[in-house]
Amino acid sequence: MTLTLDDVEKIAHLARLQLTAAEKKQYQGQLSDVLDYVAQISELDLADIAPTTHAVVQHNVMRDDVAEPSMTLSDVLFNAPDQAANQFKIQAVLDE
Amino acid sequence: MRLTRLPTSLRFRQCWTNEPLSLPVSNLCAEALASGRSPGYYMDLISLSLTELRQALRQGQTTSVAATQAILDRIVAVDNQVQSYLTIADELALEQAAAADARRQQGEDTPLLGIPVAVKDVICTEGVETTAGSQILSGYIPPYDAFVVQQLKQAGAVIMGKTNTDEFAMGSSTENSAYFTTHNPWDLTRVPGGSSGGSAAAVAARMAFAALGTDTGGSVRQPAALCNLVGLRPTYGRVSRWGVIAYASSLDQVSMFGRTVADCAAIFQVTAGYDRRDSTSIDTPVPDYEAALTGDIRGLRVGVPEEYFGAGLQPAVAAAVLAAIEQLAALGAEVMPVSLPHTKYALPAYYLIAPAEASANLARYDGVRFGPRLLGADVIGTLKQTRSLFGAEAKRRIMLGTYALSAGYYDAYYGRALKVRSLIKQDFQTAFQQVDIIAAPTSPTTAFKIGEKVDDPLSMYLADILTLPLNLSASCGLSVPCGFDEQKLPIGLQLMGDTLQEMTILNAAYAYEQTTPWHQMTAPL
Repeated sequence: MTLTLDDVEKIAHLARLQLTAAEKKQYQGQLSDVLDYVAQISELDLADIAPTTHAVVQHNVMRDDVAEPSMTLSDVLFNAPDQAANQFKIQAVLDE
Repeated sequence: MRLTRLPTSLRFRQCWTNEPLSLPVSNLCAEALASGRSPGYYMDLISLSLTELRQALRQGQTTSVAATQAILDRIVAVDNQVQSYLTIADELALEQAAAADARRQQGEDTPLLGIPVAVKDVICTEGVETTAGSQILSGYIPPYDAFVVQQLKQAGAVIMGKTNTDEFAMGSSTENSAYFTTHNPWDLTRVPGGSSGGSAAAVAARMAFAALGTDTGGSVRQPAALCNLVGLRPTYGRVSRWGVIAYASSLDQVSMFGRTVADCAAIFQVTAGYDRRDSTSIDTPVPDYEAALTGDIRGLRVGVPEEYFGAGLQPAVAAAVLAAIEQLAALGAEVMPVSLPHTKYALPAYYLIAPAEASANLARYDGVRFGPRLLGADVIGTLKQTRSLFGAEAKRRIMLGTYALSAGYYDAYYGRALKVRSLIKQDFQTAFQQVDIIAAPTSPTTAFKIGEKVDDPLSMYLADILTLPLNLSASCGLSVPCGFDEQKLPIGLQLMGDTLQEMTILNAAYAYEQTTPWHQMTAPL
């Protein structure tokens, strides 16, 4: 078993996921299986290999700095679960 | 409070509610259904290929409204069994069809004028709910069309609705959809493949003349193979991802299904092209793909990689694919062995890279700008509550990616996977110095049973073992029907080409298709 239950809890917290006890147990097994499987890549000697992040390499795609119309405010806010005064509304982040 | 510029009354129907679907059926269809008969009046019309329908529309033999109504009737008759559509935009579709007929009356013609198509539910459609198969986007009404949907509309296509998908395109069977599982029209107890299984099943059961999907690790080629369709995965960057809900951004690519190679080329033709809103879009001219279908493949060098014929390959699949390669040789192609030595490392590398990107992409689902919000005691609590709306596979991949990117593991997992990606890409580049295309099976097996792999994620991941190496490279690929196994389940031949060589693989598939009967076989439904 590559991962402990503590590991699963820690990862879930980092990813902002809330898991039930049963889920933790299930993911511990399933994620360990997958990690054991992907560990195959440690067989390869990769010392002199450069990483690839994209299929087709393109650098610094720029456009002219010209102002253009953007989406209307009502469109932007249309799907918001809560909004007020033309802004997305959320719970207080800092104590009052 | 909600602001409204978007439709005050939403003009689409969700297929996943408990209420019976009440679509506007034609009188013929209603009469048939009322007397318990199958409303087969439309079979001649819906059995046309996209290119045949286009011809019929051009010659005035039928209308877009007739074709669209026939598709709606077909959906009413069979989609309760197949469950390919998540959302049906019948009213908008009939309006688009009437507009297409009016334009044709005025003498206008565009490449897909009046042709009903379907769109995978990870692709944004203005005013029509788009959920990515997830609860976390239930009720999301995009305020804009994706680039590819704009292109379809500009070409005159009629958009029937949104098709089922594994949640956020993560899966190989549609069983990871938060709403329901789509059934394979060839055998309703089996999966259609995935993640674009809804689009595949809709086209295979003649509920659309073509459809868009996305292919991040095989999500169009694999369901195409399992449903007897042609599925094209263009080169990364050939089709814009603007407006496509992201899963793994460096691998995602809009891809398409047709019942024939020419159909697939026709829908590819209108969606390909440069879009400055996608910074990975390739800015080179789009060739005339349909005109490239000559059927002449004399002298074409076809490589056969032994790594794709290893353990786990169903014998009937191996036999059909080898016979198809012989057919390519009979048509004048030069067949030779080729090696892609790092193939076995593609799946491990993919299951580090794709989840890593997914964990970053799915961080945006926080219940602030879209989707439901489930209130917790504080901001973090709300975030965690809201994100419990992700399904099991999405959570698995988010956690896998979070782990692979976390301090102390980054170099061993994600960093190494990116280097393995270089080796895979290099394999393809080396091979394409020796051959023009590579031929292999698309899926190691034919369609598996619903429920068979759902509790074993790793065995589900293995379903894509022959398609996902290509996604890590800069190549393009397709699947074309090449036979059936003992249980009458379809088999796909995968043809892979070098960067932007879609013309080459499409023409090879066309040559094969024109001399074989497989694509003419239709699902018994």
